[in-house]
Amino acid sequence: MIGESVKRKEDARLIRGAGNYVDDVNLPGMLYLELLRSPFAHAKIRSIDTTAAAEMPGVVAVVTGELMAEHGLAWMPTLSGDTQAVLATDKVRFQGQEIAAVIAEDPYTAKDALELIEVDYDPLPAVTSPQQALATDAPLIRDDKEGQDSNHIYHWETGDREATDRAFAEADKVVSLDTHYPRCHPAPLECCGCVADVNPATGKATIYMTSQAPHAHRTLFAMVAGLPEHQIRIISPDIGGGFGNKVPIYPGYVVATAASLLLGKPVKWIEDRTGNLISTGFARDYHMHGELALKGDRMVGLRVKMQSDNGAFYADAQPTKCRAGLFGIVTGSYDIPAAHVEADGAYTNKAPGGVAYRCSFRVTEASYLIERLVQSAAYEAGIDPAEFRMRNFIKPDQFPYTSATGFEYDSGDYEAAMRLALDKLGYDDMRREQAEARAQGRLLGIGVASFTEVLGAGKGKDYDIAGLRMFDSAELRVHPTGKAVLKLGVRHQGQGHETTFAQIVATELGIPPEDVDVQEGDTDHTPYGLGTYASRSTPVAGAATAVIARKLRDKARELAAHKLEAAPEDLEWEAGRFSVKGSPDRGITIQDLALAAYSDLPDGMEAGLEGVHYYDPPNMTFPFGTYAVVVEIDRGTGEWKVQRVVAVDDCGVRINPMIVEGQLHGGLTEGFAIAAMELIDFDEDGNCIGSNFMDYLLPTSWETPHFELGETVTPSPHHPLGAKGVGESATVGSPAAFVNAVVDALAHAGVRNIEMPVTSNRVWKALAEVGLAE
Amino acid sequence: MATDVERAAPVAAPPRTHTVEVTANGERRSAEVEPRMLLVHFLRGTLGLRGTHIGCDTSSCGACTVLMDGVPIKSCTALAVQADGREITTVEGLESAEGLHPIQTAFHEEHGLQCGFCTPGMMLTSIALLRENPDPSEEEIRWALSGNVCRCTGYQNIVKAVQAAAEASR
Repeated sequence: MIGESVKRKEDARLIRGAGNYVDDVNLPGMLYLELLRSPFAHAKIRSIDTTAAAEMPGVVAVVTGELMAEHGLAWMPTLSGDTQAVLATDKVRFQGQEIAAVIAEDPYTAKDALELIEVDYDPLPAVTSPQQALATDAPLIRDDKEGQDSNHIYHWETGDREATDRAFAEADKVVSLDTHYPRCHPAPLECCGCVADVNPATGKATIYMTSQAPHAHRTLFAMVAGLPEHQIRIISPDIGGGFGNKVPIYPGYVVATAASLLLGKPVKWIEDRTGNLISTGFARDYHMHGELALKGDRMVGLRVKMQSDNGAFYADAQPTKCRAGLFGIVTGSYDIPAAHVEADGAYTNKAPGGVAYRCSFRVTEASYLIERLVQSAAYEAGIDPAEFRMRNFIKPDQFPYTSATGFEYDSGDYEAAMRLALDKLGYDDMRREQAEARAQGRLLGIGVASFTEVLGAGKGKDYDIAGLRMFDSAELRVHPTGKAVLKLGVRHQGQGHETTFAQIVATELGIPPEDVDVQEGDTDHTPYGLGTYASRSTPVAGAATAVIARKLRDKARELAAHKLEAAPEDLEWEAGRFSVKGSPDRGITIQDLALAAYSDLPDGMEAGLEGVHYYDPPNMTFPFGTYAVVVEIDRGTGEWKVQRVVAVDDCGVRINPMIVEGQLHGGLTEGFAIAAMELIDFDEDGNCIGSNFMDYLLPTSWETPHFELGETVTPSPHHPLGAKGVGESATVGSPAAFVNAVVDALAHAGVRNIEMPVTSNRVWKALAEVGLAE
Repeated sequence: MATDVERAAPVAAPPRTHTVEVTANGERRSAEVEPRMLLVHFLRGTLGLRGTHIGCDTSSCGACTVLMDGVPIKSCTALAVQADGREITTVEGLESAEGLHPIQTAFHEEHGLQCGFCTPGMMLTSIALLRENPDPSEEEIRWALSGNVCRCTGYQNIVKAVQAAAEASR
């Protein structure tokens, strides 16, 4: 069953338009909440007058920060140990910040009433970059925090500074790159929202919300609102895409819950697209300086200094101990003996919430930097970029491999994946074609990137979110008639868990996938877990599922021994059936054993065929692959068109190849989008440029290239199924491949970098600078 | 979002309302609505057809696509009153007594959906394309669908689904 492209079970409702997304939840007597947002990036609030809004017919309540403060809810903790204003009381710190909320009988009235709220602002200078933020005369953004006398947030280091300095001192050559991984936004097609329903009779708060991590959110709600945790039930219904955007807790959820508590009625808050783009979890915004030390054709040292632009509140979604996420994976697929990385974070007057947009905590930034640097190094060394990579790869016999920044890579065969990608592309022919084209005045570029991901966090001892260890869970109940329910602590947003996880049970226990109902997202009815992000569902919850299914199989073996009157060790297991060794006719199916578990037990055996397992991974998994892209540049306009994309991925064992390929298509598209067009930009006053889908560009079917996929399989040695996770690999690995391709087209003229998003304008400027523009 | 038709009339300046009568998925439906009410809110709230989704508010993403007299329109930037007297098809109208529409089967078979949020709009646009052009090339499909954004699938399997539906309908 594992390895089969089983068609998705979740499709049945979704193709009928019968999904249940949060905006589809309507409860009797429900009220509607709309948020007033700041037009300024940085301003003192002199006063807020809500009188006219409150008097408008149909308006039930107007909530300000002052009212929230009376209940101790004006501020909330962030996922990075900072505080964030729920509704601003003292000043606004980014454009789009939440200031007040109107609760009304219908959404149109709520929007109308927002217009009647008078806010008197005293504008302050806006800080829009970390460089500006860390200058000595910068305006202080977080004057609310005691002891905070600058805009500096954190300093973080990894690796060995002295060893790296020595490597650079002994180097023949040093190659460097300064680049900004721009701010972008996951922009799932469904915005964020919730329906908060606090029952005045029982005190129970049921909150339907767009949550990738419902259990962690329940605990955080308990901590923020002071509600007893058993009185909170988070239901994460169907989610219209997440990509990291639905990991944090946003002010809208908190205000809607507080409003429902105060009013005793259900309150719905559905964000509009502008609200989503200007206030919720953005991604990236890393200013990076990287240097590679070369000795002959070998990379001997890597040094990285970077500044992160964290916005007005330090709200990055990442493990507590990792101030720059898992950026330490920056040595990538290469055996670089010495490395040192340092990072500093800064507050700016931009939206908070650095989330890992389809990425395992800053791995995308790391992968981008090393893959861009390696290409420059190859040019400087005079070696073909693919060949240069292969000479520097970690070799298969070096695994498990401890990197210079302390990661223990579980397994890999980087050269095999690269050779397959080059073969599929016809790399040598493409290079010849490129040379011929150049002779005719045409600009073809071939870009290669060979990424290594790190995902599947925990282990719990080293990785936690807000103190909660990053394990995950699976509860399996086999009913007397042999049908099963699998309940998980993760929450999918389109990844196909209802099918994939049923296949794991089918493989381990012999119950067909159609007989396994996979349930997620309701905290009252699923075991505790940390949620779905950072490609961790299959590595962690998938492992938990395999382990609990095996435990039930062990119990079934005891039952079978009883039923078949044989010793347990004399039984053989095959495809859902135990039989007596040497007498294959003497057997019993798992379905019959399920019935026996409730009806015919040996003396002393506990009834039932159910269990729960909490899986704490011994290590993370390290999927990898090679992406190769061919582009052609129009010398007249700077437009670049993708001609080929070959993507070879090794994510270990593939449970459902169809779903894996779907994940790769989606990840490649978002990688292409980031390289080519997605940008959340700001003007000098801190106005967000990119606040709707007319300015924040997403690729459509027209721009998106066709993808050619390939695979190698290097099973994870520590995952029970050998799987590694795949959801984000393509977004992590592909931006560098696209940019490397464009740069490669101009490399002969000395071009080494074009910043993302690689717009036609930027390419045209690069063409003009080296005299190649037409 | 839900309807506002049932709420008590405001005390001051009551909004003028219009009767809107549509044939939605073959069924005659009518309601009194504010002139400013968006068609998508009329469909989702007033008529309870919640398979039509809202993704961007600016007619950029196509999640709200429905067919009006057979033509795909973005119902987040049309008014309910503009639909008066028209025939509207939403995703709920695709399945019939004979079973799933070929486009629904094709999206399932070709793994043309992941989170499912864009899927109703994608399928309706595809149906309109196939009515006009029963045998479209990949390029024609990609052009026809370029007003509908999908964040999950990368479009490749959506293209395959449209090709499969075209094949099945021939």
